[in-house]
Amino acid sequence: MLDYFLQHILSFSIWLPILAGGLVLFTANDNKPNLTRWAALFGSVVSFLVTIPLYTHFNFADGGFQFQENFLWIMSFNIHYHLGADGIAIPLILLTSFTTVIVVISAWEVIEKRVAQYMASFLIMSGLMIGVFSALDAILYYVFWEAMLIPMFLVIGIWGGPNRVYATVKFFLYTLLGSLLMLVAFIYMFHQTGSFAITDYYQLPMSLDVQVLIFLAFFAAFAVKIPMWPVHTWLPDAHVEAPTGGSVVLAAIALKLGGYSFLRFAMPIAPDAAHHLSGFMIALSLIAIVYIALVALVQKDMKKLIAYSSISHMGFVTLGFFIFNNLGLEGAVVQMVSHGFISAAMFLCVGVLYDRVHSRQIEAYGGVANTMPVFAAFAVLFAMANSGLPGTSGFVGEFMVILGAIQVNFWYAFLASFTLIFGAAYTLWMVKRVFYGEVANANVAALKDLNKREFLILAILAILVLALGVYPQPLTDMTNATVTQLLSHLANSKLPVGL
Amino acid sequence: MENIRYDLITALPEIILLGMAMLVLIADLFLKQSNRIAIYGLSQLGLLLAAYFTVTTHVPSVGYAFTGTFVDDTLADVLKLMIYVGTSLIFVYTRQYIQLRNMFRGEFYALVLFSVVGMMIMVSGQSMLTLYIGLELLSLSLYALVALDRDNHRATEAAMKYFVLGALASGMLLYGMSMIYGMTGSLNISDINHALMSGARIHSVLVLGLVFIVAGLAFKLGAVPFQMWVPDVYEGSPTAMTMLISSVPKLAAFAFVIRLLAQALPTLAVDWQQMLLIMAVLSIVLGNVTAIAQTNLKRMLAYSTISHVGFVLLGLMSASGNGYVSALFYIASYVVMTLAGFGIILLLSRKGFEAENLSDLKGLNQRSPWIAFLMLIVMFSMAGVPPTLGFYAKFAVLQAALQAGFLWVVVFAVLMAVIGAFYYLRVIKLMYFDEPQDNSPIVAPFDMRVILSMNALALLAIGIMPQGLMSVCFYAISRSLS
Repeated sequence: MLDYFLQHILSFSIWLPILAGGLVLFTANDNKPNLTRWAALFGSVVSFLVTIPLYTHFNFADGGFQFQENFLWIMSFNIHYHLGADGIAIPLILLTSFTTVIVVISAWEVIEKRVAQYMASFLIMSGLMIGVFSALDAILYYVFWEAMLIPMFLVIGIWGGPNRVYATVKFFLYTLLGSLLMLVAFIYMFHQTGSFAITDYYQLPMSLDVQVLIFLAFFAAFAVKIPMWPVHTWLPDAHVEAPTGGSVVLAAIALKLGGYSFLRFAMPIAPDAAHHLSGFMIALSLIAIVYIALVALVQKDMKKLIAYSSISHMGFVTLGFFIFNNLGLEGAVVQMVSHGFISAAMFLCVGVLYDRVHSRQIEAYGGVANTMPVFAAFAVLFAMANSGLPGTSGFVGEFMVILGAIQVNFWYAFLASFTLIFGAAYTLWMVKRVFYGEVANANVAALKDLNKREFLILAILAILVLALGVYPQPLTDMTNATVTQLLSHLANSKLPVGL
Repeated sequence: MENIRYDLITALPEIILLGMAMLVLIADLFLKQSNRIAIYGLSQLGLLLAAYFTVTTHVPSVGYAFTGTFVDDTLADVLKLMIYVGTSLIFVYTRQYIQLRNMFRGEFYALVLFSVVGMMIMVSGQSMLTLYIGLELLSLSLYALVALDRDNHRATEAAMKYFVLGALASGMLLYGMSMIYGMTGSLNISDINHALMSGARIHSVLVLGLVFIVAGLAFKLGAVPFQMWVPDVYEGSPTAMTMLISSVPKLAAFAFVIRLLAQALPTLAVDWQQMLLIMAVLSIVLGNVTAIAQTNLKRMLAYSTISHVGFVLLGLMSASGNGYVSALFYIASYVVMTLAGFGIILLLSRKGFEAENLSDLKGLNQRSPWIAFLMLIVMFSMAGVPPTLGFYAKFAVLQAALQAGFLWVVVFAVLMAVIGAFYYLRVIKLMYFDEPQDNSPIVAPFDMRVILSMNALALLAIGIMPQGLMSVCFYAISRSLS
């Protein structure tokens, strides 16, 4: 029984939340929303518990794919239902299932209309995103990757803000455009290898021109998702309009889909192109880190500010990828996980304020710390983490990436470390304007501090942010072998011999 | 004697349906309106019997009847079965609609059955003449069906347009056929192929004939630049007829293209490949771009059909077994999607009210979450988003075109698919993000609700497990085209 479970643990992780989402839809009755809420909470907690053995039964010495499942799915095109996860995927899978629990709790009494559809969307999305992280067949991966757009599209469109239609359509079309080009690249490689297995693509020798084209096709898909400058413009729109849960999932997980996919596809499939274009990628990353941080500085809308801060932080991730060393790559993975916690917490904090005052404008607040002292303590902690204060998880990843970058080129590290200044500037300036000073207006004066539910989720996130900041070893142990293996793969040229 | 027996058995499904159509016409004379439901039953029974005999007379090999003018191969049987299922669904979906609009008479069922016989002859035609007769039987029945509600001005106008342009297309087709006949001395599909392979002919005359044939085919399929009738006829016809025109006849048209281009004229593949390529690209562009500007749902679906036809042509253009299989898969998926889509439009219509504007879908999620969900599946499937059937349809066609070496055409088609996704998303936006304008309850017979749900869910189910349909398409093509 347990063996069977462990052999199919990835399938359980994917399909349990999807099944739970389907069942939650059947409890749809807006007059009795509590049944729906408890059902969704139960579903998400069980789905999270199911993913825990991925950590406890992980073989830390093995950098390859573990927990593999492989069945023939579509014979005509040799498409397999092939799942497996390595040390980079598993932290992100755990992050996904964990975030879903947080999102369900955070929506508890905030969402009042069509509760069942809301909860079901997030549960289904959680399963689909775990599918993206664990698929080892290109088409299976693509199906999860695209299917995930559907619930997100609905979440932003149904429960979003006033300009939600524009934002959600932009989000969908941007992502679709990128992914269809990726599909063309998959089909091309299918005709070369006769297979859609990612591991077959790793071995496929290709000339540099072909590799560059394939890399660019992947770039179109993943750069949009991460998002990298200059294709980032959908993200601030989507974040601002999305309901809190949507923002949390977008920032905490959806952006990681892009980062993860660079490591899973673009770089190992086209390593020579990755090296060839690394200057270009690093340039884009540095622009994101510096320029987007400056953009964040002038934002008036809190959610927009955090959205730009996400883009800036994801610049660190791509910088870490393309400097091709152990510290950089591992730091990038740590940064992805840490950003998952911090950005989720930041958006939840904005959600807490928005639920009370119904404004996201910084100028609508002032002196919140006087009326909500507990909340202010949490918010300041997360703000510090966001600006990379040592002792929080935000520091670990950024520091590792900067250390990695300095080995390659001093100026990369120099520019990247600007973010520590700018990050502190825009985050703390926002905190100052929102939380400190005199009580600005009647709305702020009437604020009530956190309720138990809000306290619970922020406390959990705070513990995780601090724990990962003080003791990141469990995470780095997990990624270590995989990162080493990936780097040695990347060091080998795939150019056809004799050319 | 043996020959005649074999001939009759081979054409048994056609004979049965023809008999049933006659029976419906006669029975209609003696039935009161309250008993007319029997006609509906008879028509469904006819389809069931035809399906039974199609299955029981099926052999894996290729059989010729009526001195080689009629063929019974796997492709024909598969397409016929798809046509029966599609028509049967059409009968279920349209019953309430035509009852409420005073069209629930024997003529409707007889004409639909005649059109089905026409499609079957097109599917099984092995001579250009048989093919043409099948096409005319189909077209004439459709013209009459569009005009069936004779006091409806829009429908009459649509029928008129359809007839005039359709007749023009038939003329072109015949003209092209006559040139091919003049060059090869035969009307028979396989004889034409042999004749062209064996000796040098005057290439320019053949290509001239080919141009007319392709133009005629493009007319019937509704590919750019011969698409102008499609939006007008779709919009003007009663929705029940639009559903019929836009769905199953495409299966027959596919067979028509396969018989004429892939079986009779494969030697001219280089020439017709270029023509299909141009038409495919233009159809995908025009269909997707123009659909954005539409406010009428039926018109939007008309342009969407044009773009789907473009994708089918993209598969056919590859001129390989892989390409034909993908085109067949695409067109079968298209029919399932279209039936579900129009089924939902019919479901939302009621007495004195046609659900045909996009705004009629507003707030559907609040009126009926289930129907909105079904429409959501249909729209995502049409947009080609996994995990729906429409994704594999596009995937199959794109991989065939890529295998044939048309990389940049594929990239272009993909970009256009993104534009196409926009107007499907708009439908979803109306259903899910907007408030409803009218809150009248949605009334529909139980059987229609159940079958429509199954139809739309099939898009999801086959989307998750597409191998079955892919195998069917693969065998249909590989056993019929040598």
